[in-house]
Amino acid sequence: MTMFKKNPSLMVFIGLLAIFTLAVTFMSEAYGTGALSTSFVKTLGKTLCLALVAIAMDLVWGYTGILSLGHFAFFGLGGYMIGMWLMYARTEIIVVESMANAALPPTPSEISDAIGTQIFGVVGSSDFPLIWTFAHSFWAQIALVVLVPGLLALVFGWLAFRSRVTGVYLSILTQAMTLALSLYLFQNDSGLRGNNGLSGLQNLPGADAISQDNISIWFFWASAFALLLTYLIAAFIVSGKFGSVIRGIRDDEARVRFLGYSVEGFKLFIFTLTAVIAAIGGALYYPQAGIINPAEIAPIASIYLAVWVAIGGRGRIYGAAIGAGFVSLVSTYFTGGQAPDINLGFYTIKWVDWWLVLLGLSFVLVTLFAPKGIGGLFDLITHRMSPNRHGLPLGPDKGSLREEEAEK
Amino acid sequence: MLRSLIAACLLLTCSLAAQAQDRTIQDVLQEHAEVIAQSSRKTIAPAIDAIAGSGLPAAQDVLQAWQAKDMWQRESDGLFFKAERVDSSTYELIDFATGESVGTADKGDLEQLKPNSGIRAMIGAALVQFQLNDPDAERRREALLAIQRDGEASHLAPLRASIEGETNPEIKALKETTERLLTISFDPDDAARVKAIEGFKGSLSLDARAALNPVLTTKIVPAEGLPESANVKRELRAGSPDLTVSEGYDLLVSAGVIEPQPSLAERKAALESHIENGAVAGVPLAELNTQDARDRAYAALAQEGVAPAFDPDFTMEAAVASAKFAEVYDEPSKAVTDAAEATLASINRAVGLNQFFDLSLDGLSLASIYFLAAIGLAITFGVMGVINMAHGEFIMMGAYTGYVVQQIVPDYTVSILLAIPLAFAVTFAAGVAMERLIIRWLYNRPLETLLATFGVSIALQQLAKNIFGTQARPLTSPGWLDGALSFNDVVSISYIRIAIFILALIFLGVFLFIMKKTRLGLETRAVTQNPRMAASMGINPDKVNMLTFGLGSGIAGIAGVAIGLYAKVTSELGSDYIVQSFMTVVVGGVGNIWGTLLGATMIGFLQKGIEWFNPSNTLAAQTYMIVFIIIFIQFRPKGIIALKGRAAGD
Amino acid sequence: MEVKTQFKATLASALFASTAIASGAMAADCPVKVGVLHSLSGTMAISETTLKDTMLMLVDEQNAKGGVLGCEIEAVVVDPASDWPLFAEKARELLTVHDVDVIFGNWTSVSRKSVLPVIEELNGLLFYPVQYEGEESSKNVFYTGAAPNQQAIPATDYFLDELGVEKFALLGTDYVYPRTTNNILEAYLKDKGIAEEDIFVNYTPFGHSDWSKIVADVVALGADGKKVGVISTINGDANIGFYKELAAAGVSADDIPVVAFSVGEEELSGLDTSNLVGHLAAWNYFMSADTPENAAFIDAWHAYIGDDSRVTNDPMEAHYIGFNMWVNAVEAAGSTDVDAVRAEMYGQEFPNLTGGTAIMNVNHHLSKPVLIGEILEDGQFDIISQTPEVPGDAWTDYLPESAVLKSDWKDLGCGMYNTETETCVQLKSNY
Repeated sequence: MTMFKKNPSLMVFIGLLAIFTLAVTFMSEAYGTGALSTSFVKTLGKTLCLALVAIAMDLVWGYTGILSLGHFAFFGLGGYMIGMWLMYARTEIIVVESMANAALPPTPSEISDAIGTQIFGVVGSSDFPLIWTFAHSFWAQIALVVLVPGLLALVFGWLAFRSRVTGVYLSILTQAMTLALSLYLFQNDSGLRGNNGLSGLQNLPGADAISQDNISIWFFWASAFALLLTYLIAAFIVSGKFGSVIRGIRDDEARVRFLGYSVEGFKLFIFTLTAVIAAIGGALYYPQAGIINPAEIAPIASIYLAVWVAIGGRGRIYGAAIGAGFVSLVSTYFTGGQAPDINLGFYTIKWVDWWLVLLGLSFVLVTLFAPKGIGGLFDLITHRMSPNRHGLPLGPDKGSLREEEAEK
Repeated sequence: MLRSLIAACLLLTCSLAAQAQDRTIQDVLQEHAEVIAQSSRKTIAPAIDAIAGSGLPAAQDVLQAWQAKDMWQRESDGLFFKAERVDSSTYELIDFATGESVGTADKGDLEQLKPNSGIRAMIGAALVQFQLNDPDAERRREALLAIQRDGEASHLAPLRASIEGETNPEIKALKETTERLLTISFDPDDAARVKAIEGFKGSLSLDARAALNPVLTTKIVPAEGLPESANVKRELRAGSPDLTVSEGYDLLVSAGVIEPQPSLAERKAALESHIENGAVAGVPLAELNTQDARDRAYAALAQEGVAPAFDPDFTMEAAVASAKFAEVYDEPSKAVTDAAEATLASINRAVGLNQFFDLSLDGLSLASIYFLAAIGLAITFGVMGVINMAHGEFIMMGAYTGYVVQQIVPDYTVSILLAIPLAFAVTFAAGVAMERLIIRWLYNRPLETLLATFGVSIALQQLAKNIFGTQARPLTSPGWLDGALSFNDVVSISYIRIAIFILALIFLGVFLFIMKKTRLGLETRAVTQNPRMAASMGINPDKVNMLTFGLGSGIAGIAGVAIGLYAKVTSELGSDYIVQSFMTVVVGGVGNIWGTLLGATMIGFLQKGIEWFNPSNTLAAQTYMIVFIIIFIQFRPKGIIALKGRAAGD
Repeated sequence: MEVKTQFKATLASALFASTAIASGAMAADCPVKVGVLHSLSGTMAISETTLKDTMLMLVDEQNAKGGVLGCEIEAVVVDPASDWPLFAEKARELLTVHDVDVIFGNWTSVSRKSVLPVIEELNGLLFYPVQYEGEESSKNVFYTGAAPNQQAIPATDYFLDELGVEKFALLGTDYVYPRTTNNILEAYLKDKGIAEEDIFVNYTPFGHSDWSKIVADVVALGADGKKVGVISTINGDANIGFYKELAAAGVSADDIPVVAFSVGEEELSGLDTSNLVGHLAAWNYFMSADTPENAAFIDAWHAYIGDDSRVTNDPMEAHYIGFNMWVNAVEAAGSTDVDAVRAEMYGQEFPNLTGGTAIMNVNHHLSKPVLIGEILEDGQFDIISQTPEVPGDAWTDYLPESAVLKSDWKDLGCGMYNTETETCVQLKSNY
């Protein structure tokens, strides 16, 4: 149990998450007082999924030093994979019901054609594209949630790491991948309903009678559980020898390579694993959001993911989770139109207009003055300050002084 | 009384005699007042013909005024006048026949006639007979354009007659060309048509193709029973690329050659209409949920004779296998079609070649736009190694500077000349400020530069929205950049794109000059290679970094003006270019301006090339281009031109 | 728990007493809440902010007239930030947290599809003001914008009949509205005897700016001697580059006319229109419509927004009609209950700003006139054709799968009724 020893925060996190989950449950409309509206429970559930993908991002960036601007694409792909089944199954029920009244009992191909017309009629087509082959099967699509983003990450990562594309080049390359993927999905011809994406995902097939009040809380539980698992996995990975190696890669890749480690292998493993985690987060997120479309995958989303992690604090798992939760909730508050305007007399600050400016600037400030993010605050509390090393710089060149996290 | 008499005479088509001296153009207009006011192309023809054929001197005036939307109808008595605007609500009415003013009227009492462009074209065609010999050369040109747009057989004779007396050589040439085009379409004499057709060999004119193609329209018919005289282009069979099996099948069915088989839907309908006691032909309904069972039930129905027979082994391929089809010209004369085919073949070769040139020009233009957008980045990212995600927003700032200048200085030429240095100044200042405040603290943390500048980027973007609103703002190019340089009807490029191309070349020169020939360039190269060594040599690296970054940002600002001129000015302008710009620099090879140039060229041409393969989906072209770049970088991670040795930095 | 009920009871009785004294029995709870669900930030803010302001203006005007059912109307504005999932979340918030009686909102089809399941689940009421692709009918949505047969089909007829166009270039941005509209138009044109090879279709990304190749392709279409016309469903900013390239290539409206379905006064304010004079747009409303109602509306708008240079556009008129119809339906129903108001909406009439009367049909679409305008130098439109009122059609007659479908929420109680099999395909809408 070195994992718990090395991560005293782990128990705290588990405890807090459990309390939070219970509190939300008892305040929900379905199982409690109703103090929290269903839409807010959904927001909280989604925030947990974002925290989950932020942990994945922290693993790949904060611990391994790969600034991937593509993890939200994996997140979206996961959503698409589960969305295909949700749409297919829901439509199938409707179609079979309406065809039950027909004079002749429908043939399987008639049913499939009718489902196609229903799903793709919206975007002016009616045939099932090839990628919907497994959409009828829940388990196949669940497998695809893991397989498709996993394979994409594996192939992309293998090509990129093999060519020793590193640092900002890798960032740009992952961004290009994200852009290509979102442009591809934007096309109607891609077979995933183009710009419209997949919608109505909150209506679970066969659960028409169950209120969204209940469904929202179920998804909230599932998201909390998934977050817990992710946290444990991440904590496990970074606590052992493996964790030391990837941190080594982050701080000086060449040295780790000279020590005989297969740097590419480690990077590829982390890259693929986090892609899969992100995809699972997406598969939980989008049924709560109700709709997924290519705009979700656009490069800017992945950059925001990096922003959350940076604000929360890189290189510590709880930091990523806090960052994602904090920034996305605060964003929701300020862009929701609820925040009161500030009247300066000569000018009224409307938060809807100025929130992004504030976010952008605060991001600059965090980078410049608080590279440890919100997580750094905990250091102040626990007095876990960096060792005060005057005199010698860390390492041979300033270039390697990227992250100071030496312990006392 | 007299008028009704005239009307009666007209009805009896004794119009020629009855076109009495006192019949005015107003009378003609009144006769057709209803269709004129209705203003629909489908019904307007008699009115235009009547005016043009009235033989009255005012006819041309009326048609011209009508075409120019200057004809108004007075609501009180329904009379038509030419009206000239006096002020916003009063119009001066001018009588067509006399050309004199008959007083003013309030706009509320008048109804403007607004012929749509279809009617305007018809009026133009009717005006041809008046305008072909008009003393005003511009009018004559207009008449010829009207013929080219909307030629009629009746134009041929007056056009031929007018060639002789034409004095303006340019218009004479135009008349001759137009005459040949009309000959191809309307001359009854095949020999004359063949001659005219052959005259267009290798011509790139769109009008020539527009005249030749209709001669060559064909239709596909079953070869059987074709009359001897038919002008057959070729024989073909169903299943070839030009005639699919199902098309061939439909042709045979509609020609009555084969009996149509009942389709799936028809068979289903037959089954549905023969449900008896929960079964069809003895097959219980519940079993009819497979196609097999349905086929069996239908076969039973067919046997009973209550439904048309259906052969389960039927395939369309077999049905059309033995049938022959012929592609037949609509044009009966073989000599004409042969000549047209030969001429068109020669034209198409020329057109293909020229289309390739045109595409290359487009590619070149796109490349220069990418280059212009990326050149600032080639300095900040390529030379200094600073990832500036706000680069796109500097481009945007430049474009907005252009817009603001244009609001203050109304003259477009002066405002553009002012906007370029101003945009440079503004973005230079912004760049210097950003370098001083943010970037210099992060030189050792490139990934964090990326994030910090991204923060600046979203802040600037939102700021622009707050200041200028989300609506796109107009940035208009000066008049002398309007229009396009046309080499022929196929190859053309707009002047604004040429200007961008030249601008890109200038900046390439400026960049090379600064980097290779000036002290700043030398110092920049020194500082980027080894800041400590450079500092030891007495160079102030802080100052050099600041100036270099400012220079890169300033160039982005100028690029913004250029991009705003040809596209749009919105707060999202920059984010459209940022990813492409980074890829341009990375593909080309960091740290080398020639690499950036090559990168931009490759991306520009590649994108146009993919667009050419798949013209109906531009989005796909962009997607595949990015995929290509990703793959390219896997194999050449250092870009097209990779730096070697110490300068490479590793 | 006990304390709470007790408190509620006291409160209710107190309220009852006060209202009973004040104004007699009134069915509605005051104030009547109107939700405004338009993006105020993000890419769609460009269009939707105007609609939010329009709604606030209409609410103010109605309050000045005494509100509705004797209640003040309160507008609840939320910002879904051009983020489609957020639309669903905000709609839920409006209906459950703010308890609004009706929602006016959405612009893009995808945002509507995002909101649909929520509105249907919670039995809300949405007025959707933008022209859209049809092929949808929801019990809980009133479509006050144009269906394809109220914009695309008449404009195509105009091309065929009035301009004699024989060859069509359908250019669109790659999303659902152009895709579906172009599909319908392709089927329609083939019905009208236009050959498949005479229809050129191209899709470009949002915000596309490099139009040289596409404009050249369109010009080249004229090579076979047929008159070419462009039907443009290009969206938003991309139009600016398109029209600039068109002008640069010297394509005049007489040679190749362009009719646009997404270009209004608002979009034209972003470019210099002197080279575009004569190109067309089809809408149900133009600012240049010469009627007293329109003049009053424009004056009110200028006074409200405090800027005389602001233009009005088609979706604003749609909100104007929709809001007034809703107010009248609420007055007629005597309550803001969704089902009661819905029943009163059918057959509601209200004067258009362009003259004539809009009628709400049982398929939740309006009957409105179709206008075709030519672009003028000053960025306004010259109305050159105006049809009588055309009833909006939820399911197009030109696609085989939809031709058999019919929407009638009043008598059949079904939005997707198959007239061949005489069954209701589904009660919820397809999203």
